[in-house]
Amino acid sequence: MAHKIGKQTLIIDGVVGIRSSAAVGSKKEGEGPLGKDFDIINDDSRFGEKTWEKAESKMQELACWKALKKAEAEMKDVDFIFAGDLLNQCIASAFSARGSKVPYIGLYGACSTFAEAVGLSAVFADSAAKNCLAVASSHFCSAERQYRFPLEYGGQRPPSAQWTATAAGAALVSKEEGFPFIKAVTFGTVEDFGINDQNNMGAAMAPAAAETLSQFFKDTYTDPEDYDLIVTGDLGFVGANLMKELMERKGFPLGENYNDCGLMLYDREKQQVESGASGCGCSASVLSGHVIPMLRDGMLKSVLALSTGALMSPTSVQQGETIPGIAHLVCFSSEKGGIF
Amino acid sequence: MSLSSDEYKKMGEAAVPKTKCLRNLSGAFLIGGTICTIGQFVLNFYLDAGLSTPNASAACSMTLIAFSAVLTGFGVYDKIAKFGGGGTLVPITGFANAVVSPAMEFKSEGFVLGLGVKIFTIAGPVIVYGVLASVAYGIIYWVLKIM
Repeated sequence: MAHKIGKQTLIIDGVVGIRSSAAVGSKKEGEGPLGKDFDIINDDSRFGEKTWEKAESKMQELACWKALKKAEAEMKDVDFIFAGDLLNQCIASAFSARGSKVPYIGLYGACSTFAEAVGLSAVFADSAAKNCLAVASSHFCSAERQYRFPLEYGGQRPPSAQWTATAAGAALVSKEEGFPFIKAVTFGTVEDFGINDQNNMGAAMAPAAAETLSQFFKDTYTDPEDYDLIVTGDLGFVGANLMKELMERKGFPLGENYNDCGLMLYDREKQQVESGASGCGCSASVLSGHVIPMLRDGMLKSVLALSTGALMSPTSVQQGETIPGIAHLVCFSSEKGGIF
Repeated sequence: MSLSSDEYKKMGEAAVPKTKCLRNLSGAFLIGGTICTIGQFVLNFYLDAGLSTPNASAACSMTLIAFSAVLTGFGVYDKIAKFGGGGTLVPITGFANAVVSPAMEFKSEGFVLGLGVKIFTIAGPVIVYGVLASVAYGIIYWVLKIM
């Protein structure tokens, strides 16, 4: 049963692991540096559906299907689904879960949703549940039409803008089974440092990521050097640089073992994504398709993964509100026993 | 560490790479200039065909709008705009793109509540304030004329 240490870190006491994970993407993701790590790439970004929203739902369904298939499990073996996306009222998640007949817990954490879902799944699997499915997705086309401009509208993007990933990731989190293990979860606080430019979300989210990460180090009495990889969700070039600066100020300087999913998913120069990737699907697919498999293959032993979210809406931006950020952390390890 | 939001805003601004001004300006000059040159050719064509100057101007605008709408429909205009920036935004072709692109995008929500409602989401403010400005200009012109 999970217990809290320090201010906000939950230690997973039992053996809880990732039984399987899967990543789904589209053409641009397939052409990126991590293209080969995706389980399913569909060059048709509509995924055979009539609308972008349905396409996003389809991506979630495919990610869940693939993750279950890899674990040789079925939907009826799943006790709870934790899922979220960026669309109004989280329709991509709800619609993809409607045929499952599994208790569904819909989440909204903006782009922080994947770590939120995995974290909650781990806590549940450490108590009442056996298998939990954590899913998150985003779609460039459905996000653009909701937050920004129509697709065919002509305009230039500023250098701090990020590209919403058309991707989904799913992880089956199980009790007494699976590898790597989840050792701890830190749910973050909402941080707002007055950034109001919605084209600079990396800067809006970096303080939240720095706050959650430094709090985790304080709670567990560990340091950045104790981990093989510390990876944030979608801070992009601008946000990742700010993150390093903030962590230095907080007394936990980040070294070569720090990276950001938003910088890993695309080739920033060649694929013209300005500051990098963003969206729930960014950290969901990079963690599910790339980082978790590296832990499984033994290339990494311990990883701190943070998904980062900008908690604004088009309404709040138009009303002149600043953009609050949030970050949730999941600590993965290949050690079965306690590490804290 | 205590960091004020003013301090952080400065950090945030410093972290953003500079806009490539020279590249963007030359792109806008090139594309904007090309669109205007095409416009001039079209205008001359209509004048040569015997249309009066006001009629030729109107026909020229209509041709450019149609041209831009078709390019938007084929998904080409936004690619030109990515390079051309302000050069594609300012001429009348940019306005046509701003009307056609939401019409295409929101067709999935139906012809009335989707296309019909959303068609002016970008161009609407331009129309509203353009009409208001022309009324104000008209009144000023009228007052000056009486005096």
